[in-house]
Amino acid sequence: MGLFVLRRLGVMLLTALALTFVVFYLTNLQPNLEKLARTEGSVRMTDQAVQDWIAQNGHSGSVFARYGQWLGIVPGWTYTDEKGQTRGRCFEIGQDAASAPSHCGLLQGNWGFSTFFKKPVAESLVGKLAATGWLMLAVMLVMVPSSLLLGVLSGMREGSATDRTLSTFSIASTATPEYVSGVILVALLATAATGISPILAEYGLIEPKKTLFLASATSAMDDITFWNFSLPVLTIALYGIGYIARMTRASMTEVMTQQYIRTARLKGVPFRTVVMRHALRNALIAPFTVIMLQFPWLLNGVVIVESLFNYKGFGWTLVQAASNNDIPLLLACSVVAVVVVLLTQLISDIGYVFLNPRIRLT
Amino acid sequence: MDTLTWTGTAGRVLLPALQVASIALAVALVAKLLFVLARLDGPRLPGPDGTTTARSPGDLASLAIRYSFFAALAAIFFMLVAGAVMPSPVGAGILGAMAIRFWPVWLALSVTFVVSVRFRRKLGLYGKLFDSTVGMIGFAIVMFWVFTAIFADVIITHDPFIQLSGLKNKPPGIAAPDSPYGWYLLGGDLLARDVFSRMVMGAREVLKIAPAATMFAFMVGITLGLPAGYFGGRLDAFISFLANLVLAFPVILLFYLLVTPEIRVTGIPVVLAALLFIFPIVFLTVLWNSRFHTDPMKRNRYVGVTLVLGLWAYSGLAFNMDPLGIWSMQPNMLNVFVSVVFVNSPGVFRIVRGLAMDIKTRDYVAAGQTRGESPWYIMLWEILPNARGPLIVDFCLRIGYTTILLGTLGFFGLGVSPDSPDWGSTIDDGRKLLNLFPHPALAPALALMSLVLGLNLLADGLREESLKD
Repeated sequence: MGLFVLRRLGVMLLTALALTFVVFYLTNLQPNLEKLARTEGSVRMTDQAVQDWIAQNGHSGSVFARYGQWLGIVPGWTYTDEKGQTRGRCFEIGQDAASAPSHCGLLQGNWGFSTFFKKPVAESLVGKLAATGWLMLAVMLVMVPSSLLLGVLSGMREGSATDRTLSTFSIASTATPEYVSGVILVALLATAATGISPILAEYGLIEPKKTLFLASATSAMDDITFWNFSLPVLTIALYGIGYIARMTRASMTEVMTQQYIRTARLKGVPFRTVVMRHALRNALIAPFTVIMLQFPWLLNGVVIVESLFNYKGFGWTLVQAASNNDIPLLLACSVVAVVVVLLTQLISDIGYVFLNPRIRLT
Repeated sequence: MDTLTWTGTAGRVLLPALQVASIALAVALVAKLLFVLARLDGPRLPGPDGTTTARSPGDLASLAIRYSFFAALAAIFFMLVAGAVMPSPVGAGILGAMAIRFWPVWLALSVTFVVSVRFRRKLGLYGKLFDSTVGMIGFAIVMFWVFTAIFADVIITHDPFIQLSGLKNKPPGIAAPDSPYGWYLLGGDLLARDVFSRMVMGAREVLKIAPAATMFAFMVGITLGLPAGYFGGRLDAFISFLANLVLAFPVILLFYLLVTPEIRVTGIPVVLAALLFIFPIVFLTVLWNSRFHTDPMKRNRYVGVTLVLGLWAYSGLAFNMDPLGIWSMQPNMLNVFVSVVFVNSPGVFRIVRGLAMDIKTRDYVAAGQTRGESPWYIMLWEILPNARGPLIVDFCLRIGYTTILLGTLGFFGLGVSPDSPDWGSTIDDGRKLLNLFPHPALAPALALMSLVLGLNLLADGLREESLKD
């Protein structure tokens, strides 16, 4: 077991390094650097000036060396201009170059300086991650119980009317990406012009000109309420529910055809007890891995939903970093994303081994 | 000219009918739920004397659900038919007028269905699809959009790029006096363009890329997945590592990195295209060679045709250097296409690899090995045909997924021209004023949802039918 985890961790580290290098390479392409030079320096720089800016700010040289600097295993760059002033990766202008540390990268805890937020990356990302954490938590709380319930109910009696209805619902929900369900939910529940809000207002159930839910989750950054947080959570959860429910259904139908279920039924155990005591535990092993592997998808959903509902979390930050060419911020975002994905993969593998008594690792 | 109503003249009778049917349906559903909870839901069993017992209340509620559902469906159907036979859009209403505009689609759909159902016993898996209701519904929805894409020029009421003054964000059915057609059936969008025509044209944009990109992803996935699963060992470990690398990337981050105007300057899309587009040629060449290498004349003919046609298309698509100028792709289109193929391939690879590992233990593979067949013959002519069931199902699902990915790209404004009518960017345009004018975003959203739903239902039907073998 220990060896298995160690080997997985090794592969994980290798994957993380390869992925961050790819992101580093793609964000540090020459056209991106030129764009950065023009936004940081001035828009009317000549081509020569742009090249100089790139060279003087540590963006020239081999991409491997720069990646090493970012990681913190290669000494940071320094540049001394004609006035004798020295700048560098690890210190501000005016600071003493000699006393500054030679390495400053990820390993030293330095994530770089965000050009979009105008403050250190680590500082600006922490708050955003917390906001997304709340969103994820709410999504999980809605998604997991409801999808398991749907899957178990429809897998309990394969081919029944309940099964057909619930399966159709799950197919429909997997066919509705976040940007579609978000738009439909807003049109239905959160506009004063259409949907059910005007009808409710007419009956006096809600105040006139108010809507059932709020179409913007910006206010949820400070204070999460049912009113402003329901739609983003529902939008992300809907897309995942169908998929997990279908996996649960498949696993449940397989379990229900097993010998031990038939034995239990034949010895006269009520159907309800058979499902609750004999089938459920075995049927929930497979969905566990599916739920864990759902995290990378949630990450996608988070990016879309946070842009759609203007909720300033991790996904929103990623979009801003990418569209504003903020290289350190984008790199940090990708590190977070990659770590989340790889960790959930690891947990799903280990959890599967723990949950499934038929698998033994030696 | 008047503003159109949703249902026109026929709606005066049929709309109340639809209302009654829907209310009955809702009541019956609630009743059924209550009866199930109250355990008044027993099945109808034959009594001791051979006659059946009386229906239980739950059973009656099920009947009520069925009949009210069909009544509602019939009301909607007659509304469309009544609209379609009305001479002018005023009497037909918006729904009827749309039904009229789609006439080539209805015609093509009915021909397809009549022919397919008539000859379904001779058509293999495709014919069996018509034994499954779910599969048939899915197929109908998918073919609806395919025919819409084909006949888009006939269906549209206005040029999708033209702006008419005064129709900005106007609601569905608004009169457009300056235009030959006379109405904006689904209203006007942010730039006073016709939402209906843009939605129809969007189908063409999506269906131009999604199936082709999925096909390429399958070529890449099969060509790499078969040897990885069949040989295993180091090769498998290496390719699997690469595939997991791509799969561990959050898709949106990858799109933001790969689909930008800046990256086109560096030539990375062209390199990726050169890498990915070579796979179909390799696949087909190996396919013919492994089968016909004992008959050099035939082999040379097949491989020669493949190479000439393949490399001709390859030079045009990947490098835009087709000497005859027939094959070409716009740079931004190439960028989108390549990224979508790149994202999809590892998923296909994993499925093919798993199937190959499973099938290589079968007896017919051992028989082939004993006969001394080459590994590629066994992979391509023994394993691949026997893996076709799951692969066809996954193909349908993956076209849907690719459609969603393309929508995501459009939603973030990546890689598409700003006024492109594709569904993703139309939703993005519409969402800015979603609170006040939801209709410009709703039309493409529902269109995209129905296409993906159709593909999923089709896949479900195919899975059901292929499992019956």
